[in-house]
Amino acid sequence: MTLAAGHPGFLSPTGVEVAFLLVGVATLGAALVTVTTKQLVHAALWLVVALGGLAIEYLLLTAEFIAWVQVLIYVGSVVVLLLFGLMLTKAPIGRSADADSGNRWAALTVAAAAAATLVWVVVDAFRSTWIDLSGAAQGSAKVTGASLFRNWVLPFEALSVLLLAALVGAIVLSRRKNGAPS
Amino acid sequence: MTLTTLAALVPALPFLASIAGMLLGRRAPGFVQPMAVLPTLASFVLAVIVAVRQGTGPATDVGTRLTPTGSVPVDLALHLDGFAVLIAVLVGLVATCVQVYSTGYLRDDPRYPSYAALVSLFTSAMMLVVYSGDLMVLLVGWEVMGICSYFLVGHYWETPEARSAAVKAFLVTKLGDVPFLIGIFALAADAGTFRINGILTTAASGGLHHPTVIALLLLAGIAGKSAQFPLHTWLPEAMAGPTPVSALIHAATMVAAGVYFVARLLPVFMLSTAALAVLAAMAAITMIGSALAALAQDDIKRVLAYSTIGQLGYMTAALAVGNRSAAVFHLLTHGAFKALLFLGAGVVIHAAGTNSLAATSRMGDLRRRVPDAMWTMGIGLAALAALPPFSGFFSKESVLRAAEDAASGHVGHVPSAIGWTVLVAGLLTALLTAAYATRLFLLAFLGSAPRIAEAPEGGAAHDAHAMPPVMITVLWVLAIPSLALGVTGGVLPAWFDGTPLTPTLATSVLGIGLALVGVLTTYAAWRAAAARRAALAAPPAHTEIEPAATEAYAIAHHEQVYGDIAAAADPADPGRLLLGRLHRHAAHGFHLDAVYTALFVRPVLAAAGLVRFLDREVVETYVQGAGATPGLLGAIVRRVQTGNVQTYLSALLAGAVVLAVLVAAGA
Amino acid sequence: MHLGYPAVLAVLLFCVGLYGVLARRNAILVLMSVELMLNAVNLNLVAFDVWLRDTLHAGQALTLFTITIAAAEIGIGLAIVLLVYRNRGTSDVDKLTDLADTGTEPDSDSIAPTTDNAAETAADQALPAGGQTA
Repeated sequence: MTLAAGHPGFLSPTGVEVAFLLVGVATLGAALVTVTTKQLVHAALWLVVALGGLAIEYLLLTAEFIAWVQVLIYVGSVVVLLLFGLMLTKAPIGRSADADSGNRWAALTVAAAAAATLVWVVVDAFRSTWIDLSGAAQGSAKVTGASLFRNWVLPFEALSVLLLAALVGAIVLSRRKNGAPS
Repeated sequence: MTLTTLAALVPALPFLASIAGMLLGRRAPGFVQPMAVLPTLASFVLAVIVAVRQGTGPATDVGTRLTPTGSVPVDLALHLDGFAVLIAVLVGLVATCVQVYSTGYLRDDPRYPSYAALVSLFTSAMMLVVYSGDLMVLLVGWEVMGICSYFLVGHYWETPEARSAAVKAFLVTKLGDVPFLIGIFALAADAGTFRINGILTTAASGGLHHPTVIALLLLAGIAGKSAQFPLHTWLPEAMAGPTPVSALIHAATMVAAGVYFVARLLPVFMLSTAALAVLAAMAAITMIGSALAALAQDDIKRVLAYSTIGQLGYMTAALAVGNRSAAVFHLLTHGAFKALLFLGAGVVIHAAGTNSLAATSRMGDLRRRVPDAMWTMGIGLAALAALPPFSGFFSKESVLRAAEDAASGHVGHVPSAIGWTVLVAGLLTALLTAAYATRLFLLAFLGSAPRIAEAPEGGAAHDAHAMPPVMITVLWVLAIPSLALGVTGGVLPAWFDGTPLTPTLATSVLGIGLALVGVLTTYAAWRAAAARRAALAAPPAHTEIEPAATEAYAIAHHEQVYGDIAAAADPADPGRLLLGRLHRHAAHGFHLDAVYTALFVRPVLAAAGLVRFLDREVVETYVQGAGATPGLLGAIVRRVQTGNVQTYLSALLAGAVVLAVLVAAGA
Repeated sequence: MHLGYPAVLAVLLFCVGLYGVLARRNAILVLMSVELMLNAVNLNLVAFDVWLRDTLHAGQALTLFTITIAAAEIGIGLAIVLLVYRNRGTSDVDKLTDLADTGTEPDSDSIAPTTDNAAETAADQALPAGGQTA
């Protein structure tokens, strides 16, 4: 996390910033373990840590409703789904030597290059930009709810149709064929 | 109706008849014969009316321009003068006779509808050529005639002889037509018009800048169409077509188109002494060579074909000495008597069941079986041999008189050397012509069975009823002009250029004398050779079927029986006696085909072989290389394509990153 | 708070997820990495929403939508992975190379129905075993 040195703000971080940094490091570390560990089930559990860390970051950014949704949906359901998926596909328990494909070094190169480029661009763009966290919470349930049901009702409803479609699709895909002899 | 309308109807009627014949020929077989004969007959009658109304008056020249056609305009123009209307009458007469004759000759032919339609189309094209006042329109008719000739020569396309003859006729005439077309373009470029009288005006005022080049280019096309040396070789082969076609196209009309064309544009040719000299040399070689060749042929139609070449040589000779009246006069008489001879030959072939003179000379009963053919062909042959008072005598004498005039230097622009060449060649040919005409008559009709007759002759009984009466009638109709057309020599100058056409004493005496010498010599040789007449293999004769099929059968079997399509090993042939060692060469047209083979065909084949080698071995290598190199590259690139989605995605994202960096760095 | 912190954190999370997508062999792990990438985007959306003090709260609304869509995606994705596993007997991404042009006919046994049945039986047996592990 080396940002542009010499800026007055970095030498006197506020408490929120310190907390954000620490949780951010933890989140990043968990994410790294998720994509590198050789134990598949552990990867799912480390994903829980990373997603939970992100939820804390949301809280720190005063977006409390998002944070709880994050915990509920991601930690609560998505990861559970992923674990079920691992089980259903008979993922090996314990260390598996071939968790990474042969594409690994190419992936590392691409990811590192993308990271360098994006960090460069982001830092260059937001060198002297500050978020004002004072005042009323930006993302309380009330505020978010009001916004969602006042300004975003139509996309919200459309999304519900999308979810329904995804539900039907998932059922159709995973259903066994009736006619097939099994 | 005005003269113009009548004249326009003359080519239009056969054209419409041919369209109708092609469309309806199969569906309405009953209409085919009237549809073939009646429009042609009507066209003939109209041509006569046009001739009468045109008369000896000044030339009628009308034209209409349908649409602008670029730099040099093309007009639908008619040009009617004495030459045009009289030749149109001849064409109409012969075409009508041939159509009538064909109804008998091809009565059972399954392809008669298309045959009749093509003959009608040919008649229409020939009329167009004769009446046209515009070179481009004339060229249209010229080429339509060529294609009709091709189809009709190949009428019996089942036989290889007819197929190769049709292709040969087409290609050789086309060989001349290419320079001909260029010549027309050059002429039009110099004169600024395609109208014939415009060109003649330009030529008279000295506006043509390249007369020699133009004349020589045009001469190539004329040599091809009118079968003059060195492009004459297609005409003897063209005898593989049905006899009526030979009579109409390859004797009376189409081959005369070249002569007519030169007659039309004679002032252009007169501008160039070189062109006249070439024309004279061409005519002289053609006359003597073809007459010698005619003396050696065994096929009766080939004799007539070489004779046609020679008589066309007479016409070009008359043109070479600048006398188109004599040329057209001879064209008219020759058209009549040569059509008669061909149609008579058709009757003889049908009666005898063979086209071989060696075979007919051993039959001995033909004069009894087809007396009409004997008498009419006798008239025709007498005209051919230029015996007075037949028509050929007068026209040939007019040619010789023109040559004598030129030789004595009385014709401006024409050097007397040309006149002498033509005169000597013409006289020599007169001798030879009389000889081969006599030989033809003696061998065809005055033959006698060899003393060791192998079979009793029973042909006469079943033959009399097989001969269609229309064929005989047509022979007598054509015999009238062959007999009488000569007396018009005193009237014709008024229709033509005014040059006197009556014989002069000197040439008459020389011509008659030489002709008599030829006749008597041949007769003597025939008598002398008759002693040596022995049985000879004869081709199987089929006279009970329709005449055209008999002829096709005879042509197809001549080579099998005698080992040669042109000659037969007959020791009793007076031609063999007269020609001596020359006979073998003359029978094969002096090996001109072999020369062409050596000069053109073999080099072309060798070049084709070379090209094929280059194509197969060199170009093909490049082509295969062009195919193999991308294949190789593809095989290399395919190794990258693993099917692993992650690899693809890595490459995609790497590319995206590179692009982003480039854009960012560029910005 | 400096905007750079959440932005850089989002970038790094995104690239970690990217690495995971490109490098992991198991299809379910690939899906996990996709989740990481989506979350990085969510973090960005929230941070910029807060920074801009957007009256419509577009960032937060979009974050919620993204979460929803991610849930739907994971459902469909897992269904596909399960189907692939049932048909092929494996969920390894780098073994699904049917897109490759091998120059010969594709392996017939990879799509043969016998394999289908065998994999299904295998998947059925895996369920109690996986359940014990969980």
